[in-house]
Amino acid sequence: MLMTERERMSAEIAALAERLGRERTSLVPMLLEIKRKYHRLNSFALQAIADALGIHPVEVHSVVSFYAFLGDHPQGRFVIRLCRTISCAMQGKERVRRQLENDLGIRFGETTADGSYTLEYANCMGMCDQGPALLVNDRLFTRVTPEKVHEILQECRSVFGVHAAEAKEVQLT
Amino acid sequence: MNAIPTYRDQVAEAGLKAALAKDRPGIISELSASGLKGRGGAGFPTAVKWNFAAAAQAARKFIICNADEGEPGTFKDRVILMEYPDLVFEGMTIAGKAVGAKEGILFLRGEYAYLRGPLETSLARRRERGLLGQDILGSGLEFDIRVFMGAGAYVCGEETALIECLEGFRGEPRNRPPFPADTGYLGMPSVVNNVETLAWVSCILANGGAWFRSVGTEKSTGRKIFSVSGDCLRPGIYEFPLGVSVAELLKQVGGEDAKAVQVGGASGHCVAAKDFHRTIAYEDVPTGGSIIVFGPNRDMLEVVENFLEFFVDESCGQCTPCRLGNRKLLEGVEMLRAGRCSMTYLKELCALGETMELASKCGLGQSSPTAFLSVVENFRDEIMGRTVAQV
Repeated sequence: MLMTERERMSAEIAALAERLGRERTSLVPMLLEIKRKYHRLNSFALQAIADALGIHPVEVHSVVSFYAFLGDHPQGRFVIRLCRTISCAMQGKERVRRQLENDLGIRFGETTADGSYTLEYANCMGMCDQGPALLVNDRLFTRVTPEKVHEILQECRSVFGVHAAEAKEVQLT
Repeated sequence: MNAIPTYRDQVAEAGLKAALAKDRPGIISELSASGLKGRGGAGFPTAVKWNFAAAAQAARKFIICNADEGEPGTFKDRVILMEYPDLVFEGMTIAGKAVGAKEGILFLRGEYAYLRGPLETSLARRRERGLLGQDILGSGLEFDIRVFMGAGAYVCGEETALIECLEGFRGEPRNRPPFPADTGYLGMPSVVNNVETLAWVSCILANGGAWFRSVGTEKSTGRKIFSVSGDCLRPGIYEFPLGVSVAELLKQVGGEDAKAVQVGGASGHCVAAKDFHRTIAYEDVPTGGSIIVFGPNRDMLEVVENFLEFFVDESCGQCTPCRLGNRKLLEGVEMLRAGRCSMTYLKELCALGETMELASKCGLGQSSPTAFLSVVENFRDEIMGRTVAQV
């Protein structure tokens, strides 16, 4: 039987609520998990989570709109977060930014048309002695140079192609 | 990376065993004797905080480890959590016994998600070895720790905002009092301590308060871990006794030619070369561990602009002085960079900064103008009357 994405998401949210407890304290962990899997928190997800926890969807939205790692804008499968804070800025973050934009053809804050990559800034990510630093999803890269940008993107592509197995993707996320 | 001798020499679980042999007031008095103050930057005496929570009567109490290390230039907590997680968990367990709490929560910032796996592994290993659980080392003590992921908000390093996030709300700081030690997570007494503070607790219980006190100054006892970055030859993690002078620190890290040092991150003080004799301590120039060195060619306005962009982005928007004040200061810096700022307006901006320090609700807004004000004070020739060529 065909299962729509909505049905799959509902089932997943119900399972999460069961595992974490149907309490308000489960809200942030649930949102992080759904965002990680679906790369966006649409109004359907917000409603389903609100129902699972017995709160108004506006309450859920207030939380979603507050945190940098949540937000209801859709993201690509690879979210690239470049640290823009002082120590990384002093170590050449600006050139890395430019190269990322050149290689992906998008600006910061945008997602590629195929839904693969999102470019975002992050505030200090605690790699100040090894900057410039960036995160690709949860994976950390330090001492990034404009030249290394290409390698990083290439690595993402290699686990993202049509023939890539799911298992390989797990390593990168 | 520099050696961290006292941490490396620490015997595993010695602090926990010593704590289990003591009664609850005994642990707190040992801590009180050490004079340990919060290592996150605010410098509140740890023993006093624990005492409040220990005295409170409640069905549940919580020990929360604040690993939401977001201050620009700070990475010591990351290194401690990567290399010495057991010291932190041990410290939390000791706190659990001292305060009478059974539940511990490690609040890990979203940017450190890659640390979660290793931390869960060390927690599982501690449970296996009977260092967490129902009956810790056969003493009847019950305590367990779970990891909670933050979602990317600097302001959650503020303890009440952190609790709001744990409870599933926007990370907006609460009014204090009541303090978390009295009314914290779920309205229950909660101790919120920095990662490094908890690691030191284990060392203090193992070696005694007098050992800790033997270095440092009268008001700032013990050693401190520093995260050094910027224009120096050897950036990284350092351990110094508190009361070390800025000049001495610069010598160690290879940054003697610096024109200024940012002590305490974006919310800290910018110390100019003429003040390098000043000491790093709670009573002089305080820090949560962040040291950013600026070499002779750095443009201080660019630095302040970067800091203010950070605060504009990270202000929770709850109170007006912080939400709008940081924006106005940022606009002011842009005007200064373009050489379009009059002296009258600069004075207005300084007055605004002072208002923010007084009127903001939490530490973020109270400390965000500090860097701006100290740069205006120390580098006036550099920032005034710029021509476009200099921008």
